[in-house]
Order: sequence, then C-alpha cells, then structure tokens
Amino acid sequence: MITHEPEYFDPPLNLFAAVGRRVLLACRNTGRALIMIAEAFMHIRSVFSRRSRHEALYQLFFTGIKSLGVITVVAMFTGMILALQTGLELRRFGQEVNIGTAVTVTMLREMGPFMTALIVAASVGSAIAAQLGTMVVSEEIAALELMSVNPVRFLVMPRLVGLMVMMPILTVYTNIIGIVGGAVVGYTQLGVSLQAYFDNATRFAENKDLYVGLFKAFVFGVIIATVACHQGFATTGGALGVGRATRRTVVVSFLTILVIGYMITRLFYA
Amino acid sequence: MIRFQRVTKHLGGKLVLDKVSFEIEKGETFIIVGVSGAGKSVTLKHMVRLLTPEEGRVMVGDDVVSEARGADLERIRSRFGVLFQSAALLQWLKVGDNVGLPLHQRTDLSPDEIDRRVREVLEMVRLEDVFEKYPADLSGGMQKRVGLARAIIMNPEIILYDEPTSGLDPVTSRTIDHLIDRLRRELGVTSVVVTHDLHSALAIGTRIAMLDGGKIVEIASPREFVKSRNPVVQSFLESQYITRKGAWEAA
Repeated sequence: MITHEPEYFDPPLNLFAAVGRRVLLACRNTGRALIMIAEAFMHIRSVFSRRSRHEALYQLFFTGIKSLGVITVVAMFTGMILALQTGLELRRFGQEVNIGTAVTVTMLREMGPFMTALIVAASVGSAIAAQLGTMVVSEEIAALELMSVNPVRFLVMPRLVGLMVMMPILTVYTNIIGIVGGAVVGYTQLGVSLQAYFDNATRFAENKDLYVGLFKAFVFGVIIATVACHQGFATTGGALGVGRATRRTVVVSFLTILVIGYMITRLFYA
Repeated sequence: MIRFQRVTKHLGGKLVLDKVSFEIEKGETFIIVGVSGAGKSVTLKHMVRLLTPEEGRVMVGDDVVSEARGADLERIRSRFGVLFQSAALLQWLKVGDNVGLPLHQRTDLSPDEIDRRVREVLEMVRLEDVFEKYPADLSGGMQKRVGLARAIIMNPEIILYDEPTSGLDPVTSRTIDHLIDRLRRELGVTSVVVTHDLHSALAIGTRIAMLDGGKIVEIASPREFVKSRNPVVQSFLESQYITRKGAWEAA
C-alpha cells in the first residue's frame, strides 16, 4: 500500500532519543522508497500496454520539454566558463589550443550529467513531488487504491521511464551545447580556431568518457524519480506539506546525486 | 454485511473510536452522523482498510477486512465503491477518463465499450454532457456526481459516501440524496453515508447511528431517531432546527 496511516509520536525524552528517532525514520523512509522503485521496475514490462503507454509517452515528452530551455542556457554557459577558465591558465604556457580536450572531457565525464541532473531535479522532480503530494492530500491516491489501481504502476512507473530514458538524451544535448559554447569562447576570446578546438576535442576524449557519463545520467534519472515520487507519496499536512515535499525533493536529490556521482567516478576512474 | 466488533482507534494521540460495535444489513442505507471530529470518516475508512483498528475487527461478509492484505484486500475492496468528500477526481483526466479509469485499468473491455458504459453511468447521475470536460470546469455538486458515477461503474455491492452533501447548496444536496436513494432502489446496493446533514440522513437513511466521543450513542430508524431521549442526539437535532414536532415531522 502506498497510503500510510497518519503518524503520531510522543515528544522525545532527550537529544539522543530525538536523533535516534530521526535516523530510524530516515532508514525506514529509504527502505520504503527503495521498495517502491523496485516495484516500479517490475512494472516496466507493461510500459507499452494499453493501460500505461499514453501516460509513459506523456512523461517522456514532459521530462524532455520541461527543462530544455534552462538546460540550453546552463549548458552553453557551463562550456563557456570551462573554456575561459582553463583557456586563460593554459595560455600562460602557450597551450590554449588544448581547451577543446579540457572542455569536452569535463563535459562528457562530469558536468554534462551533473548539470542536467540538477536542472531536471529542480524542474521535473519538484513538479512530480508537487503533483503526487497534491494527489495525496486530496485523497486521489487513496481513491486509486480503493479502485484497485496500483499507484506505483499507474503513476511511478511512467515517471521512472520518462526520467530514465530522457536523462541520457538530455545529457547528450547538454554535452553538445556545452562543447559548442566552449568552442565559441575559444574562437572569440582565446584565438583558438574551430578546426583546432574540435581536433583536440575528438583526439583525447574516449568512448568510455561518453558511456560513463550516460550511465551516470541514467542513474541520476532513477534517483530523481525515486526521491520525487517517494516525497510526493509521503506528503502530509495539506498545502504546507506539498511545499515541504517539493523542497525536500530538490535538496535530497541534489545531495544524493553528488554522493552517487562521486562513487560512480571512483568506480570507473580511480 | 458489515460488522464492527469493539473497534478502537487513536489518531494523533487522541482516542477517536472507543470499542465501537455495530452491524449494517445488506441493502440498507446506514447513516453515520456526529459533530466534526467525532470519528465518522475514521469509521468509514476502517471499512476499506484505509485505517486499521488497534483493537477489535471489521468484517465484510465473512472476510475480516481489518486483517486482509494483498490480493485478499484487493478482492474485498472491489466490493466497494467510495465517494470521497472532495470527489477525489484526477484533475489532469477528462471526466470520461476519470469515470472509465477503473474499467480501463482493471478490465479488458474495448475503448468503445468503456465509452458506452461511462456514458451510461453519467446518464444515471444526470451528467450526459460533461464527458469531454475537465473536473476543474465543473461545480462542486457536479464533481460529486462524477465521483459517484466513478464509484458505481464497477457495479459495487456497497457504496461508501463521505460527506456527500458538504459544501453544496440545499437544492444540489437534495439531488445527491435522490441519487443515493435511487441507487439503493435500482441497483440494490448497501450504502453507508457519513454526513452532518440531518435532513439528508432522515430523508434517505434506513437507520441512523450517532457517534459522540468515540462511541455510538444511538442507533435507530429515522422515525425513532428524532424521538430519541439521548441528550447528545437531542442537542444535535436542535442544532439543525429539527425537534420532535419540528421541521422534519412538519415536512
């Protein structure tokens, strides 16, 4: 069951009890979130069924379109800043021609998936939490359960698919825009020709950089779906609770993305 | 058909249901009344296990709903239709899709067959022309009727109504009352209605139960209910200008 009974706790006896309770609740909520997303994975095989495909297609569209404008601007400036910072340092050694490599490898390995994930968590993740939270407080989730419509299959699975599929695609887009942004700065401010920039970019970047970046994007998509859907379903306390769930979604997603991003980097490069 | 056996429940540290016991017969319209916070909606939620009792048990036929899980719970719940206080319609789906959702998700009927069935139930609640509209385009009363159409589309044996007339004008409230009564007569369903509205309760109920302080203080037919000597019932009747020789009897 997704709907849980309202909880009431007596005030904690002391500081240790308060901390202990928080830790235990965090563990329990993590467990609930993981069980929910595992169940959503099990329903993925029905994504093309008549019951689910419409919602899944809408989520693909929603996830892809919702953040495209912001991603374009952020990716462009990320590439431009990277090119400018590294280019200015490299120029001291007469090596500014290598900014193509620096920008491309950094975008593929880290900045592409990371920036995309932050933007998607803030725009799409928060929207998912707000929508599901509103559904909880207006008893729509309870209504679904009473109609024997599984909220995980009906609501979580299409959102999970939307984020899992669109995150790598958006990351490729971020990478392209970021690399182009770097080329623009290299050409206009550092005097690096476009030919030299792209030659360097393609010579030193490896396929592994691209694949690891896309794998990260996929994992970040799962993280955003898990956190947003769980926070949405855990909403209590009316409109205030919806606001709280939205804020927590962004904060928890950011922190989890940072930690898991580091672990994946260590796994593949350390 | 539905039996509460010494059901006890605390919420937020407060005793809401205190060893509540009663039985609802098949085919009757059982009304639960009481002041705000008396535990009416909590009682209703126990019937479909949205809440679980701390003590006692809730039975639907031979099934113990308060202990059911998984497929068993799903099977028991499929016997119910529920009209929520807020109607609980999915705001991003059109009325037709909202009403047809249980059929779409739980049966293999063709889209044409689902449309036909949806139009049938919308006609029953006198809302033939809202099929293509979104819930936000409808008034509160219309949303409740759409919620009712969705509750009956799977032909449930029991329909639960949580404050079906709250927030509605008297004319729309009476329309909802007539619908509830018609569904009982035409479909033979058992109805459980939680309401503040004693005029509704007296008009459509076969029995009325009054909850106060977590206990059932009176269960009686409408005629006996207005004659109750229980001071809590008396006070509740008077608060709605219904006295032994008052509005209801005069009507």
